[in-house]
Amino acid sequence: MHIIEVENLVRKYGDLTAVDNISFSVEEGEIFGFLGPNGAGKTTTISVLCTLLRPTSGRAWVNGHDVVREQAAVRRSIGLVFQDPSLDDRLTAQENLEFHAVLYDIPADVRAKRTEEVLRMVELYDRRNNLVRTFSGGMKRRLELARGLMHYPKVLFLDEPTLGLDPQTRSHIWEYILELREREGITIFLTTHYMEEAEHADRIAIIDYGRIVALDTPENLKSMVGGDIITVKTRDDEAAARQIAARYGVKVRRTADGLSFKVAKGEEFIPKLVVESETEILSVGLRRPTLDDVFLKLTGREIREEEAGPLDRMRERMRRRARRH
Amino acid sequence: MHTLRAIYIIGYREILRYWRDKPRIISSFARPLLFLFVFGSGLSPAMGGLARGLGSEGLEAALGEAIDYTKFIFPGVIGMNMLIASLMSGISIVWDREFGFLKEVLVAPISRAAVALGKTLGGSTIGVIQGLLILALAPSVGVSVTPMMVVQLIPLMLLASFATTSLGVLIAARMRTVESFGMIMNLLTMPMIFISGAMFPLRDLPSWMDFLVKINPVTYAIDPLRQVIFRAQGLPEAALEKLPQMGLGVIVFGHTMTIADDIIVIVAFGVTMIALAMWMFSIQD
Repeated sequence: MHIIEVENLVRKYGDLTAVDNISFSVEEGEIFGFLGPNGAGKTTTISVLCTLLRPTSGRAWVNGHDVVREQAAVRRSIGLVFQDPSLDDRLTAQENLEFHAVLYDIPADVRAKRTEEVLRMVELYDRRNNLVRTFSGGMKRRLELARGLMHYPKVLFLDEPTLGLDPQTRSHIWEYILELREREGITIFLTTHYMEEAEHADRIAIIDYGRIVALDTPENLKSMVGGDIITVKTRDDEAAARQIAARYGVKVRRTADGLSFKVAKGEEFIPKLVVESETEILSVGLRRPTLDDVFLKLTGREIREEEAGPLDRMRERMRRRARRH
Repeated sequence: MHTLRAIYIIGYREILRYWRDKPRIISSFARPLLFLFVFGSGLSPAMGGLARGLGSEGLEAALGEAIDYTKFIFPGVIGMNMLIASLMSGISIVWDREFGFLKEVLVAPISRAAVALGKTLGGSTIGVIQGLLILALAPSVGVSVTPMMVVQLIPLMLLASFATTSLGVLIAARMRTVESFGMIMNLLTMPMIFISGAMFPLRDLPSWMDFLVKINPVTYAIDPLRQVIFRAQGLPEAALEKLPQMGLGVIVFGHTMTIADDIIVIVAFGVTMIALAMWMFSIQD
């Protein structure tokens, strides 16, 4: 039995189709990622799997339970860390966890122990009696992670878990997540638009405009790109582009920084390029394919942090309110 | 059992948050105090005794003068404070929705209806606390307070608060922003208080206003409070019986509303509201 199964899932908001007939399954103990730009349908999919939204059509099962017909059973099996903090600022860390414990019917005698356990795991035990309002973004995210695990869920859903966090906090959070998978055999379902984050996954589904355009391990996906990526800056980009395309038979792309194209064995290619080039070469860069390149190849666009979407506006509003108080 | 514990903790959180927001508690006093002391003291001399007409001789005349405007609106001010607090509970739902905490509650294995109920119970308790805070001001307006009176008032306040809170929860059930909820609050709160017999006696009113008073649930929430408070002022029974005719009580279709009658109306209203609220909350996106 797959721990998550999705069959022809469709979710519309009026005329807008956010999730357009997707199907996939996740194995127990896997780290499974959804990678795609903002608005691709990642949060919507997670919301359906967490029983926050109903599918327009199609079906989904989590831990063997239908997300529409067996909601309580699904909810008991899952933990969720949202994109935006969903803690109560005016309660302490401990109180937030206790609230959660009662809602999830964790027996009274176990509650205190479990609370301490998760707080220690995310290194917030010393701050347990502080109001969450005093916590930094990273601390809040850690607390949410702790909260999501309190009831020992089989699947942990992480919706953009490290969005807006600094690199150090990001790597700490991933340490916990990976340790968890080791220890508890938890399945992790993750959505992100950060490529580096997606690299942690065992398998990734690349999602764009509500459709899955690829599903495989990060390695396999990257080898789809077909080679290393060379970037070149020259005195005369237009001429150089024509020459390179003609001489080596590669498709050359013009970018903001110069030219870009793909070859196998980039390190061996560069010396040849420099020697044989008719145009003066100012600089050369070489890199391995990333998931962004995969996305580019599949969709013709790059995954980039996009301009203010509804999420960012909400954040702006939160910041304004926080200042007012 | 799990559901009961969940309802309790949801309500408890409301109360905890309320109590920790001291600035809000203090500022919620502003309007009631304004009414009691400024409005009350200002209008009392002009209005004279509100129970005039009880009689022009002796004891009755003296008693008629005894209920000045400030004392008259005292039950209404309690009601005002409670009403504002209970409608504010609705805001907490919209706030939670806007700022994400509601998701934590919605994704937990408890029914949506239980969430609505928990919020309502928490909000009702807060309403009672707010009412009691105003009651503490009684001595300063010359209203005497007896233990018996307080014992009777608390359940009545709880009932009234429950009815108005469930109205607030119902309104909040599908509302997206705090701003919209605030707008509705403003539209509702003051009119509901003014057209309830709490601010002026229900005497010789134009028929449209009379109608509005009779269909306003707040009227039936405040009337029992008024009856209990006036009863504890040491007025004789005979005088008290005449009060409704003077407009200091509620008469519907010729029948004077007793406390028991009021309770029936309030409970019916409250139960309807909470049932609707629980249903609206359960509608899933």
